Amino acid sequence: MGVLKTFVLGGIHPEENKLSSNAPIEALPVPEQAIIPLGQNLGAPSKPVVNKGDKVKTGQLIAEAAGFISANIHSPVSGTVLKIDNVLDMTGFRRPGVVIKTEGDEWDENIDRSGDLITEINYTSEEIIEKIKQAGIVGMGGATFPTYVKLMPPPGKKAEYVIINGVECEPYLTADHRLMLEKGREIIIGTKILMKALKVDKAVIGIENNKPDAINHLTELTKNEENITVVPLKVKYPQGGEKQLIKAVFNREVPSGKLPIEVGCVVQNVGTTFAVYEAIQKNKPLFERVVTVTGKSVKKPSNFLARIGTPINKLVEAAEGLPEDTGKIIGGGPMMGKALPSLDIPVVKGSSGVLLMREPESHRNPESPCIRCSKCTNVCPMGLEPFLLAKASKVGRYDIVENEKVMDCIECGSCQYTCPANIPLLDYLRLGKNKVGNIIRNRRKK
Amino acid sequence: MTMFTIAGSPHLHGDDSTKKIMYGVVIAMIPAMLVSIYYFDFNAIRVLLLAILSSLFFEWVIQKYLIKGPVTITDGSALVTGILLAFNVPTNLPGWMVIVGALVAIGMAKLSFGGLGKNIFNPALVARVFLLISFPVEMTSWPKPMPVTEGLFADVITGPTPLGVLKEGLRAGDSISKLQSELPGYVDYLIGQMGGSMGEISAIALILGGIYMLWKKIITWEIPVSILVTVFVFSGILWMVNPEKYIDPVFHLLTGGLLLGAIFMATDMVTSPMTRGGQLLFGFGIGLLTILIRIWGAYPEGVSFAILLMNSAVPLINKGFKPRRFGVKPGVQLGS
Repeated sequence: MGVLKTFVLGGIHPEENKLSSNAPIEALPVPEQAIIPLGQNLGAPSKPVVNKGDKVKTGQLIAEAAGFISANIHSPVSGTVLKIDNVLDMTGFRRPGVVIKTEGDEWDENIDRSGDLITEINYTSEEIIEKIKQAGIVGMGGATFPTYVKLMPPPGKKAEYVIINGVECEPYLTADHRLMLEKGREIIIGTKILMKALKVDKAVIGIENNKPDAINHLTELTKNEENITVVPLKVKYPQGGEKQLIKAVFNREVPSGKLPIEVGCVVQNVGTTFAVYEAIQKNKPLFERVVTVTGKSVKKPSNFLARIGTPINKLVEAAEGLPEDTGKIIGGGPMMGKALPSLDIPVVKGSSGVLLMREPESHRNPESPCIRCSKCTNVCPMGLEPFLLAKASKVGRYDIVENEKVMDCIECGSCQYTCPANIPLLDYLRLGKNKVGNIIRNRRKK
Repeated sequence: MTMFTIAGSPHLHGDDSTKKIMYGVVIAMIPAMLVSIYYFDFNAIRVLLLAILSSLFFEWVIQKYLIKGPVTITDGSALVTGILLAFNVPTNLPGWMVIVGALVAIGMAKLSFGGLGKNIFNPALVARVFLLISFPVEMTSWPKPMPVTEGLFADVITGPTPLGVLKEGLRAGDSISKLQSELPGYVDYLIGQMGGSMGEISAIALILGGIYMLWKKIITWEIPVSILVTVFVFSGILWMVNPEKYIDPVFHLLTGGLLLGAIFMATDMVTSPMTRGGQLLFGFGIGLLTILIRIWGAYPEGVSFAILLMNSAVPLINKGFKPRRFGVKPGVQLGS
């Protein structure tokens, strides 16, 4: 196979701990009550279009996009709208959401529930984009950016390649891995749909070398597809970052402050690609997804197909219960996921996993002075100097923070992972990003 | 209700720590320690213990009673400073001078700047230079290495270092070929058969320590390699110009404190640059200054001065040498 491709700058090798990689995707029962936060995507929260007491079917629109960067939300269950009120979401805040009491599981009649594989793509580029928009699809790797927006390059920009992101570089997570193994054909068709939408004739699927079965399976499936190539990649975190993946696959660097389209690439996660297949070929909007439930003490590390709005405790129960030594619950992977305050928080479109961390691993080690070892600088995949950005953020020198390119930080956490002095570097970098972001917005207003 | 820990990502941490790094350096110094105990027996142990204990003591007493802050003597950094201080003095140095050196290293060069991570100069080197200037006779009377196997408690014979012999000889008008016949051979330099400070005598022991630190990723190759290459190339050019006036580059590499300095002192994380480019320039500067001082300076040896001078340039180097930013064309970033 020769030398495997990867990105150049920085990167780390955390323990992989892919405990659930052999657990087939298992459909979870429909929850008795679905809690659907309205702010599930990057951008504006959606606007509800149902009222208390309304009857809804599974797959029926319940909230619509509020603006360009926003997304529709469809009911994940059939039943009665119990209330539209503040619900606890991923952020730990109570924010608007729709609560639906489940009655049976009656699907919207337009959805094709058969298991047939539909290979023919009978839509134009515009129709595909519109359908993806209607289906409420967002980036399912965790960033939750509305997918249809990525399929409409700004004037003057042209896409050359679709890159399907099957890297799954986060330790523990296996949802994308299982999806590639079990829904490979659908993902290939989804890839072709995305190619058609973007009017490009080349696509690559990037997969890290720790998933040889997925690489082999998709390579086999694309054997007769001249325009789709599977690219095995050397294992290195954060290769699943768009900019790192493009660099690894094509050796192109997205300029600082720009989007991947600048170098002719559009990156879509495999989960998103599968959702695109379902939306276009099966008329099925995004209301369920694969979620990994895992952790070193979890009895049955699993991959569940769960409806959006299912409380996390249902997933944990299905993985044979909350281990007694659980100290931290993480929504997503251990490097970029969010620590959740409660098990009542529901699965949302961006939920790639639920990681139950053991108590002793749930705490940070005590912080000690920076010894200027420069390890944070060496591992930063964006070529930043986290020690400097953190220090400048700490003392409020946001001019330095901005000049030293804090806005390029992808929040991968490699710096903090590596720091021998246990300095919460990413906390300070986020502070800096937030402040500098405000400064830039205010400057533009003037 | 069960309470779960909430914190920002990342939720994983690698297994590196300041303590691990410091104790890793201590392990890397063990070969050189053993060599000096072999050649200087009890005197080496005496100086080592005095330097370590007084460094730890001063760190403890100053942090507890003067600064009234947390005491960090277990983090290993004072231990490293103590051993390096011992490595940088002759083994027959009076005990009280070693103690003064520890006070200068810990009190003046480290804690007065704010403690670990905040000092500009390498503490052990500040102490060495302080002692050299204050007690020039004691600091340059080097005991001759005498293996323990040839008898303990033998009378200590002192003599000059090879670099000292060279400097004096050249001053007296001797030629290199004449001087070389009086000097020990390369094999002696490798195993430690030469006069010098406690830790600098054996090239092999120091290189072993360096390899260990590279393997454990405590240091990177940039600083030691750039120092050694600069010294080799610079002294090599001079040697080719006039081999009767300038000694060969291998001599420069193996004698004096060059390997100790390049492997253990210049690589001190706190006082060296943060980026690869900066580290290469830093090493180049040290190599250049070392040869300048050795050949044209008043002192026979120049490694300590060279490192301290370059330490003072580190903040400036850090400003000029930024890592290669992702998505920014090289060169655009400089001077912003």
